[in-house]
Amino acid sequence: MATAHDAKPRSRVLWVDRFLTLIRIGFIFLISVGLLAFIAQQIDPQNPLARWLNPDATGLTAAQFKGLLVTGLAQGAMYGLIALGYSMVYGVLGFINFAHGEVFMVGAMSGMITSNKLADAGLWEDAFIPSLMFVVVTSILISTAVAVIMERIAYRPLRGAPRLIPLITSIGVSFFLQNVSVVLLGPGAKSYPSLPSWLSQKRSLIGFEIEGTKLVVLLTAAVSMAGLWFLVERTKTGKAMRAVAEDKEIASLMGINVNRTIVTTFAVGGAMAGVAGILWGILFRSVIHTTGFLPGIKAFSAAVVGGIGNLGGAMAGGLSLGAAEATAPLVLLEPLGVDGVSQLRDAVAFAVLILVLLVRPSGLFGERLSEEDRV
Amino acid sequence: MSDPKVPLLEFRGVNTHYGAVHILKDVDLAIYPGELVCLLGGNASGKSTTLKTLLGMVTPTTGEVVLDGEIVTQQSTSYRVERGVTMVPENRRLFKRLSVKENLELGAYLRTDRDGIARDMERIFELFPRVKERINQKSGTLSGGEQQMVAMGRALMSNPRVLLMDEPSMGLAPALVQANFELIQQIHEEGVAIFMVEQNANMALSIADRGWVLQTGKVVLDDSAEALLANPDLRASYLGQSAES
Repeated sequence: MATAHDAKPRSRVLWVDRFLTLIRIGFIFLISVGLLAFIAQQIDPQNPLARWLNPDATGLTAAQFKGLLVTGLAQGAMYGLIALGYSMVYGVLGFINFAHGEVFMVGAMSGMITSNKLADAGLWEDAFIPSLMFVVVTSILISTAVAVIMERIAYRPLRGAPRLIPLITSIGVSFFLQNVSVVLLGPGAKSYPSLPSWLSQKRSLIGFEIEGTKLVVLLTAAVSMAGLWFLVERTKTGKAMRAVAEDKEIASLMGINVNRTIVTTFAVGGAMAGVAGILWGILFRSVIHTTGFLPGIKAFSAAVVGGIGNLGGAMAGGLSLGAAEATAPLVLLEPLGVDGVSQLRDAVAFAVLILVLLVRPSGLFGERLSEEDRV
Repeated sequence: MSDPKVPLLEFRGVNTHYGAVHILKDVDLAIYPGELVCLLGGNASGKSTTLKTLLGMVTPTTGEVVLDGEIVTQQSTSYRVERGVTMVPENRRLFKRLSVKENLELGAYLRTDRDGIARDMERIFELFPRVKERINQKSGTLSGGEQQMVAMGRALMSNPRVLLMDEPSMGLAPALVQANFELIQQIHEEGVAIFMVEQNANMALSIADRGWVLQTGKVVLDDSAEALLANPDLRASYLGQSAES
């Protein structure tokens, strides 16, 4: 007679698992057919496969593709900067601060006000670089202040509460900040002053034609990320932040002031969001009180895609999300004959999120959460 | 060095409550410079609360905590750590995602004397050569015994005068427990007072100078280690069969 423990445990395949597998296969099928069609189209737009999939397709030129990629990376850099704030707060307090997108909006709004004031005084045109510096510094200060006050008023009293409570509170804070913006500045879209033409003209760089503004965005994001990396990995404050993220009780046993470290985390995240706000302003030149919503949600997706709690991951997640949403509609969807592809960017961004979560639930660079860390 | 007749760390009539639950009841304790003292007691006898109260993570409802003659009852943990108390927590609780070096540096978080920190780091390398080999590894990748060394090293980096240890042999392989007690003794010989909470009463008393026994929040026995080892009540309740053999 066979002993009981010889028998292999029956694997329990639930219908949910089957369904998820089906979605995975669907995604992979869509991506591979899209890519095949794209390649076919690149070889010859009139070849039978490309014609059959989308008779109107014209094919994407290399220059167009590079342009899309740069646009996507510039926008992705902003997502990455915002994502850092989500990721850092999650790392330290274990909840998603959904009001972080609004901190970004506040940064963009304050930049709009100061840059318009500077433009009225004629300084924006004449002394662009110092003016931009001034705008960046003020908006960093304001968004940092908003983030710190938010922590003090809304989240600190909830420190011991279950993690769902601050999460819900953060949604409330988000609505509050949007409405404050409407009350103070009105509901209409506001614009940034126009940029000097020497900045917005295209330059060629390692085979890419890049608009000056996008170059500024990418450079600023890189510098901010480097600064943040230095702060977190190489300074005493950063060490304290990582210690608090891991174990607050033992961190305080080391003599670390846990509250102050949490405030620092919010402040640094707020500063990054402020920088992103200015970059958004000079790239799109228009802000409205809802500006923070979609970039905020996408930045959150970027943080999840990169592995939440991981700073390098947040930046990589942002860049890949931006690149994907800019190029995928035309590379994958257009050859398939989907209509109105350029309006599908948002759908693509969230499809990327779903795809990554299906394949790697802990994100690209995330560690698997241990049982005790799970909410 | 402080006066050996003045207790380094002292409880004067300490009572603590968690909500309505009375944990420590009129506890008086004193740890003198350079002593090795152990606190014995069963589950829920208030051992962990004692350590937390000494460190300021729990504030007593009445009574005073005195550190080297100064009343510190209302002072923060970091205030006390700065003045020479620290703890090796139960289960070591290293910062697993940080390197061994960073863990040790965090132990010296409140110190500003760079030379002293470097000297103490060297001292820890002498005490635990294994720690030096693993210095750049993430501490989560270390074995249990190595983690125990890093945890002790981290505590020593704050240059403490009294080191609290919460269940140092908990979660260690049986073969390591003996070695661990030898290390504790070695640290003690360097002049650090040690206050140890331990389940392994036999082993703990064999290296300790004195011991207390806590029962449901009250000190029921307070004697020298030899006397406690010989105490028939204690043998029956805590030392178990190993004492009879």
